[in-house]
Amino acid sequence: MTESSHTYARPEVLVDTQWVAEHLNDPNVRIIESNEDVLLYDLGHIPGAVKLDWVSDLNDPLVRDYLDKEGFEKLMSNKGISNDTTVVFYGDKNNWWATYAFWVFQLFGHTNAKLLNGGRKKWIDEGRELVTEVPSYPASSYTAPERSDAEIRAFRDEVLAAVKSGDIALVDVRSNDEYTGKKLHMPEYPQEGAIRGGHIPGAANIPWATAVNEDSTFKSREDLEQIYGNKGITGDKDVIAYCRIGERSSHTWFVLKYLLGYNNVRNYDGSWTEWGNSVGVPIEK
Amino acid sequence: MADSQIPPRLEEIVEDFKLAEGSEKLELLLEYARKMPPLPEWLHDKRNAMEQVHECMTPVFMFAENQNNQLHFHFDVPEESPTVRGYAALLSEGVDGSTPEAVLAIPGDFYQEMGLQDVLSPRRLQGVHTILAYMKRLATKELAG
Repeated sequence: MTESSHTYARPEVLVDTQWVAEHLNDPNVRIIESNEDVLLYDLGHIPGAVKLDWVSDLNDPLVRDYLDKEGFEKLMSNKGISNDTTVVFYGDKNNWWATYAFWVFQLFGHTNAKLLNGGRKKWIDEGRELVTEVPSYPASSYTAPERSDAEIRAFRDEVLAAVKSGDIALVDVRSNDEYTGKKLHMPEYPQEGAIRGGHIPGAANIPWATAVNEDSTFKSREDLEQIYGNKGITGDKDVIAYCRIGERSSHTWFVLKYLLGYNNVRNYDGSWTEWGNSVGVPIEK
Repeated sequence: MADSQIPPRLEEIVEDFKLAEGSEKLELLLEYARKMPPLPEWLHDKRNAMEQVHECMTPVFMFAENQNNQLHFHFDVPEESPTVRGYAALLSEGVDGSTPEAVLAIPGDFYQEMGLQDVLSPRRLQGVHTILAYMKRLATKELAG
């Protein structure tokens, strides 16, 4: 843990590269790499780390939803993760997909979870070891509860109710061009299916990566409080974060819930690909 | 424009992917990413003259070298983006030496035969489509002279 991370609301959820280096052979720790690029893990990863793919591992193949209790138990068993294993996530692009995996694990209450501050980039920039050898761990036994969405996941109708009542703070973490409706996709990403551009009425716009420094580590608590507070995203309100499919907003969800300690933060994973295409819901430009 | 057709080497690559099963397809793509040649020395100071593929989050640069009406595509893609590198490498190898007309005749959906949609999400697949579109753009410029 770095000096500055002590000031975060829940400092125990972050570990630094040194901590990970010291726990490579800890049988109670499982390091998990979760990337946007599906081949990146195979090019080289932290020794002993397992790969988790957001498409093939975490999403249901037929329903737009996450895996269920049985699916999660099977996944955990395959990765050699038990209920008391400490899981440490890291990944490419400022830990973007790592926080998404972290969020999905919380739907199943695996609270013994941490994030490597700075992610894959920091590990590599420090010249630390990468290996291509894929580890194999003995299958574990894992008992998951039924997936519990209510606390940290928001659905379209809940967001619609929030728009009408105005008592929940909405934060759109996409780029400003997506927020204003100028673009229907991320800058430099292919166009991906929403028929209208704009944002959910009343949402503030704070692009997700505003929360990280050049070296991919999180900004200080003071800076983060200012960034979110200045746009009305404060801890005294319930907050719903969204983006395009819920990946970038899981990063913001992580920041608000664990680094700033907001009590009630949810991720709307339907996000713009649902809202921007839905019949009968209002948008704002 | 001539009838849609695929250059012979690209056809072979498509066939290799078609025959690979499940995760073998990803391993094959990774092999292409690994063996992608570095940007030739003479292009290092020409990066400004290279085409940037704006739809890719990864900074992808490409350059079409025209030797007697045979095109050679050179790419610069960061190592941290192996999926995009893999696409660029297989396209570069697959169409190497083709005429501009032949590049333009490649059907935009040629890659569907490879079966990558079984192992990659739609967004991850779109890269191959986008890179080919840019290659065609460069081929059109060559035709215009």
